[in-house]
Amino acid sequence: MTSIEAQVRQYVTDRLLFGRSDVVVEGDTSFLESGLIDSTGVLELVAFLEEAFKIKVEDEDLIPANLDSINALTQFILAKSQALANSRA
Amino acid sequence: MLHRMINVVNHRGPDAVGFHLEGPVALGHARLSIIDLAGGAQPMTNEDRSLWITFNGEIFNYVELRNELINKGHRFRTQSDTEVILHLYEEKGDACVQDLNGQWAFAIWDPRRERLFLSRDRLGIRPLFYAKTKSGFAFASEMKSLLAIPSLSRMIDPHALDQIFTCWVTIPPTTVFSGISELPPGHCLTLQEGKMEVTPYWALEYDTDATVKSEDEAREKLLALLLDATRLRLRSDVPVGAYLSGGLDSTVVAALIKKLGVTHVKTFSVAFDDKEYDESAFQEEARQFLGTDHQAVLCRPTDIGEVFPDVIWHTETPVIRTAPAPLFLLSKLVREQGYKVVLTGEGSDEILGGYDIFKEAKIRRFWATNPQSKFRPLLLRRLYPYMKNLQSQPEAYLRAFFHVCKEDLDNPFFSHLPRWEMTSKLKLFFSREVKEQIGNSETIQQLEKRLPRGYAQWDPFAQSQYLETALLLPGYILSSQGDRVAMAHSVEGRFPFLDYRVVEFAARLPARFKMKALNEKHLLKQAAASLIPETIRKRHKQPYRAPDCQSFLRGDGSRSLVEYAEELLSPRAITQAGVFDAERVEKLVDKVRAGQAIGVKDNMAFVGILSTQLVVDRFIKHFPKEHTL
Repeated sequence: MTSIEAQVRQYVTDRLLFGRSDVVVEGDTSFLESGLIDSTGVLELVAFLEEAFKIKVEDEDLIPANLDSINALTQFILAKSQALANSRA
Repeated sequence: MLHRMINVVNHRGPDAVGFHLEGPVALGHARLSIIDLAGGAQPMTNEDRSLWITFNGEIFNYVELRNELINKGHRFRTQSDTEVILHLYEEKGDACVQDLNGQWAFAIWDPRRERLFLSRDRLGIRPLFYAKTKSGFAFASEMKSLLAIPSLSRMIDPHALDQIFTCWVTIPPTTVFSGISELPPGHCLTLQEGKMEVTPYWALEYDTDATVKSEDEAREKLLALLLDATRLRLRSDVPVGAYLSGGLDSTVVAALIKKLGVTHVKTFSVAFDDKEYDESAFQEEARQFLGTDHQAVLCRPTDIGEVFPDVIWHTETPVIRTAPAPLFLLSKLVREQGYKVVLTGEGSDEILGGYDIFKEAKIRRFWATNPQSKFRPLLLRRLYPYMKNLQSQPEAYLRAFFHVCKEDLDNPFFSHLPRWEMTSKLKLFFSREVKEQIGNSETIQQLEKRLPRGYAQWDPFAQSQYLETALLLPGYILSSQGDRVAMAHSVEGRFPFLDYRVVEFAARLPARFKMKALNEKHLLKQAAASLIPETIRKRHKQPYRAPDCQSFLRGDGSRSLVEYAEELLSPRAITQAGVFDAERVEKLVDKVRAGQAIGVKDNMAFVGILSTQLVVDRFIKHFPKEHTL
C-alpha cells in the first residue's frame, strides 16, 4: 500500500466510516453507492485532499471518476501531485 | 405525588395551581391565565359537580359556543373557555370535540359513571401523554410529570430511537420513554372499568373538492378563512404579540392582525450573527411596511450551545437539529417583554405547500419520467440556493444523490425517501445492544400500515403533504420547535394557518394552486398580494435553520467542545449510557473538534447523539429528586 493510499484509507476509516468495521471498503467500493458520503460530503472530501496533499482541485475535477473510491482518489492524487511537481521542475 | 407532577411542569402555568381529589381520581392543573383571569381557575366543575375538567389550551370559538349553550338553557358561572367545554360535553358527550375550534389537551372526569375522557386537538398543537402505572393510569401535558411517578421505570425505548433516526420524530403512541404513550393528534381516550379505548375523531383527508371552481375563488376563500382564523386567535384577556421571521407566513399573520384593526402590534424575531441564517433585513422590511413595534433577540452559535441542555429538558426527546434553541431564546424575550401569547405562521408550509421537500419530490418525479434528460436534473440546483455546499455540488453528484429508480416512483413514501434514507445512516452510531434490541428496523413498514384509507388514490403532492402534516408537524415543528420551547417560558403560541377550517379547505385544493411549477405557496402569495411587501412575497423561501455542530465548540479557538458536551460525549459517558458506540462517536467528535464536520449528515449525527445523551442524563440518570423540584 502506498503512503497516499494509506492516508486516503485512514481518512475513509476515521472520517467517513467512523471506525466502522462491519463495512468492508475495497479499493473500488463506490462512496456514493455505499452511502459513505452525504449530499455535501464531496466538498468535505475536497477540503481533505487540498489540505493533506497540497493539491488544487478544480471544478472540472469534481467527477465520480476521480473521487468515488479509494483507488480513484489515490490515482487522482498521484496524477495531481505529479502534474504539480512537473510544473515546478 | 400530584404536587410533584405539577411542580415539574410549573413553567406551563406559573399563574396558579389547583388540585381536585375525588374517589379514585386526582386532577392537577398549573394555570397560565389568558382568558377570564379571575374566574378560570382549574380543575373546574359544572353547576351540579357532576363533571370535572383539567384543560390546557384555548377554545377560540368559545364565545359562539357559549351563546349557543346559553340558548339551550345552560347556565355559566364564569367567562372562561374551560367552562364551555364542560357544558358542551354535558350537551354532546364525547362528540363535543367536533364543535371545538382550538388547541387543546383536556381530561373530563365523570364521577357518576366513573369515566375518564381525554382529548387532544386535531393537529397536535397541545401535547398529551399517558402511562399505565402499577397503581392505575396517569396522564400529563409533559412526560416529565409522568417520570416523576416513582413506580414508573425510566427507560429509553430503542424502537423510538429507530423512529427518530429515520423520520426525525417518534410516531405516536410511541415516545422515547418505554411505558409512556402519546395520545395522537385528533384522538380521544376513554377509561372506564379498567378498559382503555383510543379513538380518532378527525383525520387529514386530501380529496380534491370540485366545488372550488377557479384560482380566484380559492384565493378569496383562503383570505377570508385566514382572516377569521386570525380574528378568533386574537381573543385574549392579556396582550397578544406575533412572531415576525421575515418569511412569508409570519408576515401574512402580522398583516392580518393589522387588517383586523389592531393598531399597536408587538412583534418578535430571532437574528443570527451568522449571515447564512440571518433574515434581519427581511424582518426590518416587514416591520417598516406593517409598522409593528419590533424586538429581536440576537442568537450566536455559543448561545445555542449554552442553552441546549435546557432546551432538551423541555423537548424531552432527542432532536437532530439545534433549531429549537433560538426559538427557546425568542420565547424568553417574549416573556421578558410582558407577553404570554404570540401568533405565528406555523402550519402554512405544510398545508399550502411551502416545503422544499415538496419541490424536491416534484423535480425528482419530473426527472424520472425522462431519466436521460440533461436539463431536468439541473433544476435540482434551484432547490436549495441557501445551501452553499450544495450549490457547489458538481452535476454528476447531483444526479447521483437525487437519482430516482423507476420502482421508487410507486413507493408511497417517494417524497420522503431521500430524507429518511440519509437520516437512517446515522444509525451506524448505535451501540451493538441497541441495534440488537431494534432488530430489523420496521419504522417504515409500520408507517405504511398506518397510512389512511384513500392515501394511495391521493395525488403525489397530497401524499407528501400528508406525511409532513401527520408526522413532522406534531412530532417536531409544533412540539420541539413549538409548544415545548414556548411553554418553557410560559408563552402560548397560536397558529391561524392551523385553524381546522383552513386546513380542511387547503387539503381539498388541487396541487397546482399550492405549487405552480416550482413556485411554492402560490395561492397564499396571490392572496397576500396587497397585504405584505413585494420583496417578501417574491423572495426565495429560506427555511428556518440554525448553526449545528459549531454551536458546541468553545469560542476560544481551543478546538474543544463546551464542557457538558465534552463530558456527555466522552467514551466513558457514551459507554455508560449504552445507546451509542463509543469508538465511532469519538471519531465523530474528533471531526467536529477539527472543524471538519461540514456535511449535513455529520451535523445531524452530532446533534442527535448529543441530545440523546442529554435525554439519558437529565431524565434517566439525574432526574430531579422530589426536594429539588
